[in-house]
Amino acid sequence: MEQSQTANDGLRVVIGLGSCGIAAGAQDVKDAFVNALAAHKVEASLEDTGCNGACHREPIVEVYQGSDHWTYGGVTVKQVDEIVEKHLKGGAPIEEWTLQKGPLAPEVEAFFSKQKRIALANCGVIDPEKIEDYLAQDGYVALKTALADNDRDKVIAEMLDSGLRGRGGGGFPTGLKWKFTKGATGDQKYIICNADEGDPGAFMDRSILEGDPHAVLEGMAIAGFATGATAAYIYCRAEYPLAIARLRIAIVQAEERNLLGEKINGSEFTFKIKIKEGAGAFVCGEETALIFSIEGHRGMPRKRPPFPANSGLFGKPTNINNVETLANVPWILRNGGAAFAAMGTEKSKGSKVFALAGKIKRGGLVEVPMGITIREILEEIGGGSDTGAPLKAVQMGGPSGGCIPAKLFDTRVDYDEVTRTGAIMGSGGMVVMDETSCMVDIAKFFLDFTQKESCGKCTFCRVGTLRMLEILERISEGKGKMSDLDLLEELAHKIKETSLCGLGQTAPNPVLTTLKYFRHEYEAHVESQRCPAKVCKPLLTYSIDADKCTGCTLCSRVCPVHCITGTKKEVHVLDQAACTKCGSCSEVCKDDAIHIE
Amino acid sequence: MNGDTPATDFTPVDALVDQFGSGMEATIPLLQGIQDEFGFLPLDAIRYLTTKTGIPASHLFGVATFYNRFRLTPVGKNMIRVCLGTACHVQGGGRVHTVTREILEMEDEADTTADRLFTVEPVACLGCCSLAPVVMVNQTTHGRLDAPATRKLIRKYNKAEKKATAEQS
Repeated sequence: MEQSQTANDGLRVVIGLGSCGIAAGAQDVKDAFVNALAAHKVEASLEDTGCNGACHREPIVEVYQGSDHWTYGGVTVKQVDEIVEKHLKGGAPIEEWTLQKGPLAPEVEAFFSKQKRIALANCGVIDPEKIEDYLAQDGYVALKTALADNDRDKVIAEMLDSGLRGRGGGGFPTGLKWKFTKGATGDQKYIICNADEGDPGAFMDRSILEGDPHAVLEGMAIAGFATGATAAYIYCRAEYPLAIARLRIAIVQAEERNLLGEKINGSEFTFKIKIKEGAGAFVCGEETALIFSIEGHRGMPRKRPPFPANSGLFGKPTNINNVETLANVPWILRNGGAAFAAMGTEKSKGSKVFALAGKIKRGGLVEVPMGITIREILEEIGGGSDTGAPLKAVQMGGPSGGCIPAKLFDTRVDYDEVTRTGAIMGSGGMVVMDETSCMVDIAKFFLDFTQKESCGKCTFCRVGTLRMLEILERISEGKGKMSDLDLLEELAHKIKETSLCGLGQTAPNPVLTTLKYFRHEYEAHVESQRCPAKVCKPLLTYSIDADKCTGCTLCSRVCPVHCITGTKKEVHVLDQAACTKCGSCSEVCKDDAIHIE
Repeated sequence: MNGDTPATDFTPVDALVDQFGSGMEATIPLLQGIQDEFGFLPLDAIRYLTTKTGIPASHLFGVATFYNRFRLTPVGKNMIRVCLGTACHVQGGGRVHTVTREILEMEDEADTTADRLFTVEPVACLGCCSLAPVVMVNQTTHGRLDAPATRKLIRKYNKAEKKATAEQS
């Protein structure tokens, strides 16, 4: 049998199989590698990993051999055979396809060079389904050390020193939260990991759970030891099946090695973790609602105090932390709180993960030191807009956040500085917008979301958000009045003042920030019935440019209401009275002949 | 009554109660289990669960109507989840949703096609924001769509289903 020099040791092919990688076709690429390796009789270890954050270049395939390391990006099934034949078998990497040498190399360098990876350190590096990989990265060392020292106050002191604040959006100091739960009295205490990542536009928690589940489990166990909790729940969104599957595997593996379960690692500390699947309710990101949901009720927030630290799950002291917060814990204990606090600004320490999406060239997950400016993230890491058009705004904090205009892009990433703009740090969603995004439409989008997700308990949140949505709908149809803008502001402030939980208190933020920074867009809709970004359909008029139309008939064939007529090779005509402004014609026109005004 | 399935076999519900118990805390896992089994929550199954566990039907119904993932009407053979999260919205997810419904010739308020082959469900975020706009057909995610690509994609699934149905009959 032909066993050439290809049967060498240590040849590894690693494929990024996070949800985003799979969506981009990584599973097909992996299958193609299985076949190609067999066909070319190449012996190599084919391994999985999570997402390395460069979602815009998925599927990503890495080849390791000795000290050599090559990364292929945007791999297609068709390329696989050639990669196996030339690189793996022939020893000659196809450099123009790699991210180190290819035409995209400078962009990849720019994407990664400003990042500081702590929570994402292992994502895209280790196989999340192998505990050995995590152990090889000093995994569970922090837990073992804490248990051996057996000093709970020392752990909490280290967390307080680190200055870590809740990464789910609240920004409450984590060490302080732990201290409160430790000080609370109760025969049973609980740890809850909030993995109900509901902000549409944020996906860092999904990526951490899929790419490095053990880091979260270790963080939870350390929190349990420090606070005196012995039982824990991970409340995970049902929309994240892969994250749930990998968590289940990780829990079993950790129990097998006595890193979870009874008398962990020979100590007296017992800690058991259960997974609870959410059933789809944004409000369950709020901690009291989440607790009700685990208890089997409708997830409706209650007033605090009592805080969960004193009376939480089943009435017992409960500490709730978000996924990203917990993933930072092992690093902090291994390297010391001071090392974490050395990064960032006075009141915002360490690093923060952001999900870059929207009109951005290099979208994905990035982890940056606090204190970096928004401009550095968007322009240097993200590469600016995907169309080359200037950026208009970035939406931070999801439905609870706001739109930060381009003129404030020098704002530093810091809980307090971001809050001063009217947005919030939130969980880290950054949705980028350019001149083709209408700010009235964005405000309407978020209001529609919060209005549907309001649990209904507080009147202003339940009814007020609906009234605000109706006003926004009116404005986007060109039927608004100038007094509507004042009414929106009045309602917004009342909803903020009279709502019990974070959902209602922050729901008006997207409207308030767009009114503050983009009032001229609202005025254009109201006063001249015009949508500057050409997004609000009722305000648009479609027509066919006779100079450009070549009579290809594509538009008349695609029009759902048959309002475009004309014969082949002759200029077509659009009947504006019958037009529903769906936009199908402009999507298919190859001659740019559909005029939208 | 809509959602009733006469003479359904509820043995799977018994197994779920054995697995999750009959305490209040088991409410959501029990309902999730029933939905996994039947594709939706048949009212009969909710009533049966009440007699079996003692959890009031009003509580079960309250929970079932509170959370988005629970549904009280049957689903089609294929599930199409159209992401309408922020990133997808900005990148044209709304059009993808409209076009999907157009191709499947869905009636105004319906979420399932008349032939019960497809259910189209808008979802808040599938977490693949960098590939926006995104559609998930059953377990497969399709990203970076626009209206023409969506048309092609949904037509392909629709054609395959129609063909399979024609061959069966």
